[in-house]
Amino acid sequence: MNSLILRTATRLLVAVLLLFSFFLLLRGHNEPGGGFVGGLVAVGAFALYGLAYDETTARQALRFDTRSYIAVGLLIAALSVTGPLLIGRPLMTGLWTELHLTDTLVLEIGTPTIFDIGVYLVVFGIGLTIILGMAEE
Amino acid sequence: MIIAVAAIFALALLSPLLHRLFGQRTGWVLALLPLALTMYFASQLPLIADGNVQRTAYAWVPGLGVELAFRLDGLSMLFALLICGIGALVFVYAGGYLKGERRLGLFYAYLSLFMAAMLGLVLADNLLVLFVFWELTSVSSYLLIGFTSEREESRAAANQALLITGGGGLALLGGLILLGQVGGTYELGALLGLREVVQASSLYGPILTLILLGAFTKSAQFPFHFWLPGAMEAPTPVSAYLHSATMVKAGVYLLARLLPVLGGTPAWHISVIGVGAATMLVGGLLALYQTDLKRVLAYSTVSALGTLVLLLGIGSEQAVIGAIVFLLAHALYKGALFMIAGAVDHETGTRNLERLSGLRRAMPITAAVAGLAAVSLAGFGPVLSFIGKELLLEAALEVDGYGPLLAALVVLAGGLFVLVALLVGVRPFYGTARPTPKPAHEAPLSMWLGPALLALAGLLFGLLPAVVENTVVAGAVGAVLQENIDVHIYLWHGFNLSLLLSIVSVVVGAGLYLLWARLRHATPLVERVLGWWPSRGFTLMLDGINRLARVQTRFWQNGYLRYYLLMTLFVTVGLVGATMVTKGGLPTGLKLSPVSFYEIALAAMMLGAAAAAVRSPGRLSTVVALGIVGYGVALFYIIYGAPDLAMTQILVETLTVILFVLVFYHLPRFGHYSRRASRARDAVVALLAGGLMSALVLAATATPTNSRLAPFFIANSKPLAHGSNIVNVILVDFRGIDTMGEITVLAIAAIGVVALLRLGRARPKVYEIEEPTIQPEVRP
Repeated sequence: MNSLILRTATRLLVAVLLLFSFFLLLRGHNEPGGGFVGGLVAVGAFALYGLAYDETTARQALRFDTRSYIAVGLLIAALSVTGPLLIGRPLMTGLWTELHLTDTLVLEIGTPTIFDIGVYLVVFGIGLTIILGMAEE
Repeated sequence: MIIAVAAIFALALLSPLLHRLFGQRTGWVLALLPLALTMYFASQLPLIADGNVQRTAYAWVPGLGVELAFRLDGLSMLFALLICGIGALVFVYAGGYLKGERRLGLFYAYLSLFMAAMLGLVLADNLLVLFVFWELTSVSSYLLIGFTSEREESRAAANQALLITGGGGLALLGGLILLGQVGGTYELGALLGLREVVQASSLYGPILTLILLGAFTKSAQFPFHFWLPGAMEAPTPVSAYLHSATMVKAGVYLLARLLPVLGGTPAWHISVIGVGAATMLVGGLLALYQTDLKRVLAYSTVSALGTLVLLLGIGSEQAVIGAIVFLLAHALYKGALFMIAGAVDHETGTRNLERLSGLRRAMPITAAVAGLAAVSLAGFGPVLSFIGKELLLEAALEVDGYGPLLAALVVLAGGLFVLVALLVGVRPFYGTARPTPKPAHEAPLSMWLGPALLALAGLLFGLLPAVVENTVVAGAVGAVLQENIDVHIYLWHGFNLSLLLSIVSVVVGAGLYLLWARLRHATPLVERVLGWWPSRGFTLMLDGINRLARVQTRFWQNGYLRYYLLMTLFVTVGLVGATMVTKGGLPTGLKLSPVSFYEIALAAMMLGAAAAAVRSPGRLSTVVALGIVGYGVALFYIIYGAPDLAMTQILVETLTVILFVLVFYHLPRFGHYSRRASRARDAVVALLAGGLMSALVLAATATPTNSRLAPFFIANSKPLAHGSNIVNVILVDFRGIDTMGEITVLAIAAIGVVALLRLGRARPKVYEIEEPTIQPEVRP
């Protein structure tokens, strides 16, 4: 598609959509969202980019092969699953720690968050592998 | 003991690296570890005297009561010494034999892997641990037989060996699990005392059958014997180590190990003696028809394995002593003879017995060693195997009822052993020298040292049986019989029946040798029936399975997506629907809540869109109509308070539309190709599927659930998993393993999609001339 309006809008939209996808990913544990949905939004962002420009430009914008995202995502998820074994806890035990950012603001982070990041990357990689693969000429 | 096994596994990992460091001397370096382990095990001999057992155990799968347990008793000791001792010599030998081989480092790795597996197998004190190592020996044997993987024969032989021993392994697993269930424990040491329990159980028959299947396939018993001669495709060090001295004896080991539990019944006697005797005879007879040095030895190994099985089938004290002595003697001389066969092949370029003659002058040391090992093989002279053969004859004669028959078979097999001994120990080295493909010369030190030591050991133990009598042999016999036995073995038994029968064997063997060429050509039918048919039958069976698989794959996987969909829906509706109707699962007594007007409006819109999707004249309008249905579903999710689902649904719908648009580009023109009848059929299946889903949902909501899951998730989401979005907590924490599995499956599916896309694209591009920049992928 060769539309200046779409291209210009896409540049903005991709950034916003990606930001939104991170937002969904990180809030997922307490509010609607999560790695799967976040990943899908991010796929949508790059699919839009691919439609506005072309498949090659979208691939360049991604920097890495889409399949690498799948592999890295799986690896991150697998590490968060097996990690607890190293300290003698059963597989998949959720390990949590609290970061005291200020006196009132406490951030809880744990291995499920890391797992969700893995899911995000896998979904992202798979969606784009298929969509960009189809778009390829 | 675990350190011993782990050390060899580590050696397997390191050996390619060591090979790079030490080059041609790697064999000598690698041999140090098995040599050290041999000494270690030998130093443990006093500790296991008088039936003592050394045991170490580590928790492995505590939930299932599986321990990584090892035991060292007399029987394990004998095998451990053979595995490590011969292993050290084989490493040295392989360095000479495979000199210049590019992948020698990898070869050492496989060989070490096998050694570790075999050692683990004989030391295991838990049936499941034993099984794991058992399978690992099959796998490493596969890698070693197929080592020269560029040759089709090697690959075929490796496959055949893996299929047969692997199939037997499957049977063995079943047998071991049944045995563990009946005995209430998987611990070998405990099971050995449960003879009455196991033999009184109604499962004794299946246990015996399955375990014997495992042992017989592994030890190449008739009619599974043919994989062993096939395995001669492996490099000779492998043949000497796996396929004569160690791995093929794993089945014998298992029989000896379980003799106290399973043995002594009529079923045991009949099957084990029968198979053993048949194998002994078939192997010997088939050896007669071979002209390849290694294949002659392979068939005589089959025969020897049959002899060992026969002895364990008899199972008397005399027979077990005979089995242990014969096993030790056989490992020594057969390992040596294989190495010599390899040396002859290496230095002359041929293994054909009809072309080898008079090598004595060119290869004096090899000839001397071969002669000595051949005396052991013939079992006549001051050697350990002579003692074994005498014990064998005495044990056979003692069997009630069949004594004379068995003794006659043993004498005949003994004659064939003598024939083989003459064929491999005398024929290539004496007579007039003939030209060989490579001018013959003496083998290097690394290639005659091993066989020389092994052959000398056979002689030494024969002259001084006291060296092994009360150490290795007594310990092993005691472990098999589960009582302390004073073993006394002598070289000279005096003039008695068994000596006479031995002499008869030698005469028969010498006679056969003189008639060898004539006999071979005069009776081709014997070879055809015994040797060719089982192997041919196996091939036919495999071909049959493949053909069946192809036919049914073509039928089901016909490549039309619409038929897959139709079939999936149809089967689901049929099975689920039938269950619902027959088991009274249909929704009854529905209490529907009042329906609001916007729900009606939404439903009407979705129905209209669905109708439009079916009737629409073009693809794009169909997709749009389907999209309306999808977004409608998402709206319902929102109405009923499932924002996570709604969000996912909307995103999936959006991406689906994008995908459709991309796919359209590649599709042919839209049109109606199907006939009216098939459209009606599709409509019926579609309506049925929709009806089923509605019924299911209604039934699910109508049935009061007393699931404890939902309250648990609600109560524990925040305190246990630190999250208040229960859906997400379930996905990443409570049911995280499911998600892990799902993303793995998704990743695999994506790889499949990529492959399909490439496949579809590769062909037309061949004809594209306008775009020469992108090269089509070359496909076979």
